[in-house]
Amino acid sequence: MDIVLYGATAILLGISFMKDKSKTRKALHKAWKSFENILPQFLVVLIFVAVLLTVMDSEMIMKIIGSDSGWVGVLSAAIVGAVTLIPGFVAFPTAAMLLEGGAGYMQIAAFISTLMMVGIVTLPVEMSYFGRRLTIYRNILAFVFSFLVAFIIGQVVTIL
Amino acid sequence: MKKLFRRYRNLVIVLAVLAVVSYFNMEFAASVFSISKIQVKEMMLVIPPIFILLGLLDVWISKETMSYHMGEGSGLKGILLALLIGSAAAGPLYGAFPVAAVFMKKGVKFSNVLIFIGAWSTTKIPMFLFEIAALGPAFAVTRLLIDIPGVIIIAQLLSLTVSKKEVDRLYENAQNF
Repeated sequence: MDIVLYGATAILLGISFMKDKSKTRKALHKAWKSFENILPQFLVVLIFVAVLLTVMDSEMIMKIIGSDSGWVGVLSAAIVGAVTLIPGFVAFPTAAMLLEGGAGYMQIAAFISTLMMVGIVTLPVEMSYFGRRLTIYRNILAFVFSFLVAFIIGQVVTIL
Repeated sequence: MKKLFRRYRNLVIVLAVLAVVSYFNMEFAASVFSISKIQVKEMMLVIPPIFILLGLLDVWISKETMSYHMGEGSGLKGILLALLIGSAAAGPLYGAFPVAAVFMKKGVKFSNVLIFIGAWSTTKIPMFLFEIAALGPAFAVTRLLIDIPGVIIIAQLLSLTVSKKEVDRLYENAQNF
């Protein structure tokens, strides 16, 4: 995954450098500036995520979103997904593990959907780009939308 | 120096709280620290190429080109491009915000910026293969099929709630990033 991203970046950077050195230097300067701009917030967010992951282990998650947990379980799963920030390649195997361990499809779908679309801990970062109101609206809409996703996936998986 | 401190003030406060906590509960603090370390590693792995690509995009692709393809009046093409670029991305959602800022700088239509954010958050192609492997094709394909219209609808709804003035302000704000 990362290799593709790095490879593409290296190739484009190489082409850019051959075509115009000073433009490339400017591009790198801009890259650094926009990174440094957001770094303090990133670091705070990272620590909050670490605190959350420390408090919530998989046993605790399991208790909340078992397959008998119904809509309450879906709601809990959606909340867990909204407040955590786990990279996809960790989240999917974890979700598969939870399914095997007895979690329901609907609950897992809600969890995956809010995990990817809703970011409570990254709200401050999002707000600095999109403003407070729009950020809150987007996250609420995505949260509500995740219930629809959960419902439909629940139906489809039952039929299949 | 003073400015630097002000920017990192929140971080300093959080670290100070953590230091106090570690005095009472070493185990907790150690776990927080080790998870943070993993997260930083992940961030350092994904973030640099994203920002370099951003820098290149900013320098090489003119505002005219960008707004011609994705700006006001770009119609379906703009929507599809926003979906495609967002879906091709790797990395967590917070990586999308700086890209969105560059899009705004380049005059991309606001609803297309929102579609891009939505696509980045949930219809990622690289992740899709992962999802199929872990949760099965029924789960992954169903989710993708709901998410594509979902992302577009959410973007349209959101852009209906913002005034022209607010969009202008956000676009102006994007110049600072």
